[in-house]
Amino acid sequence: MSDDEDDIILSELETDELVLQMHDDLYDGLKEEIEEGVNILLERGWEPYKVLTEALVAGMTIVGNDFRDGILFVPEVLLAANAMKGGMAILKPLLAETGAPRMGKMVIGTVKGDIHDIGKNLVSMMMEGAGFEVVDLGINNPVENYLEAAAREEADIVGMSALLTTTMPYMKVVIDTMVEQGIRDDYIVLVGGAPLNEEFGRAIGADAYCRDAAVAVETAKDFIARKHNQMAAG
Amino acid sequence: MRTPDDTTLTDSGLAAPQDGPGKVLIIGCGAIAREILAVKSANGWDHVDLTCLPAIYHNHPEKITPGIEAAVAEHRATYERIFVAYADCGTGGMLEQACERLGVEMIAGPHCYSFFEGNAAFAERAKDEITAFYLTDFLVRQFDAFVWRPLGLDRYPELRDTYFAHYTKLVHQAQTDDPGLAKEAKECAERLGLAYERRLTGYGDLTSALTRVSEA
Repeated sequence: MSDDEDDIILSELETDELVLQMHDDLYDGLKEEIEEGVNILLERGWEPYKVLTEALVAGMTIVGNDFRDGILFVPEVLLAANAMKGGMAILKPLLAETGAPRMGKMVIGTVKGDIHDIGKNLVSMMMEGAGFEVVDLGINNPVENYLEAAAREEADIVGMSALLTTTMPYMKVVIDTMVEQGIRDDYIVLVGGAPLNEEFGRAIGADAYCRDAAVAVETAKDFIARKHNQMAAG
Repeated sequence: MRTPDDTTLTDSGLAAPQDGPGKVLIIGCGAIAREILAVKSANGWDHVDLTCLPAIYHNHPEKITPGIEAAVAEHRATYERIFVAYADCGTGGMLEQACERLGVEMIAGPHCYSFFEGNAAFAERAKDEITAFYLTDFLVRQFDAFVWRPLGLDRYPELRDTYFAHYTKLVHQAQTDDPGLAKEAKECAERLGLAYERRLTGYGDLTSALTRVSEA
């Protein structure tokens, strides 16, 4: 995005400029600069939640939009995510201390037989950035892992990811088991992965298919809001 | 029919012959053009023509179904029979639905790794091999174009473990017994930090699928 970061001293920037510079640095995947920027904003008295949303999440939203529009590609998104992860590591303990708003809790994992986790990791990170508590089950998860974790964690959302045509049908196994056990309606079920589509999501009985991490966040927020509205109405 | 070079197959695919079209047209993936032409030549199928979509669609499966739909529409009037030489190939069932709609057959199975090995054998082995990264002969030759550069490893080598940490071995599914290619495949495994295994598959289920359509 910018070519002359070497000359920029972050601590000398006005706060507004610093936040914009952090958006650039996130876009360019500069982890150390993001960590430095986060620390500067905290030193200047910003609440951790404000740093998270206005500096990091807003920056990653630009990255996500450019990925969606074919301007950025997977390697650059991964570098940006890695930079955001650096900032998140500083903010996470502070967010817990300062009682930042919690949107809900998600259990997420890649399904049995599948070891691909790049998309799932991006979703985890963006969900955390949006204020969700995320329990990441990792890769190659049988149905028991999802159901035990969802019950144990009292999760609102169960997220499943698959990259392979051969493994994506396993999502239906998980959902069917939830139906058999009478717990399907206890959770919002979101699915994602390269070979999936909306039709597949509907066919297996998921609540929604999420095309990318940004869509996953918006979909999760939407379903949580509906859930709260139903509870208020009921 | 002359086989174009691998780079052309990757980026542009293969055009259908302009003169004297045969009765059967195979619309295939550029990544298996050589293998299809080898089977055609070995069987003397002069009535069979081949056109291919760019092999790089392997990395963009969302382009495969529209590409096939357009190619079938373009050639339907010229040929008695059309066969789609793709398996599902990451289309999530979309290609199968399109082929049903268009009334054309396609190769059974999830992808070329599966049908080269034989769908039944691959499925049997798959559950014990989820940490394998597969390369066919074509993908070994085009490793930089299909793996190294698209993953950004030429620019950001530090991302290698982000992509491959959960993999343990690279399986070279060799369609031909070529020691030079085996050496290249081993180098690919080393570049990815994976163990190397070579498996001579030949053309697997591809031969029977092409025979079914060409000799019907």
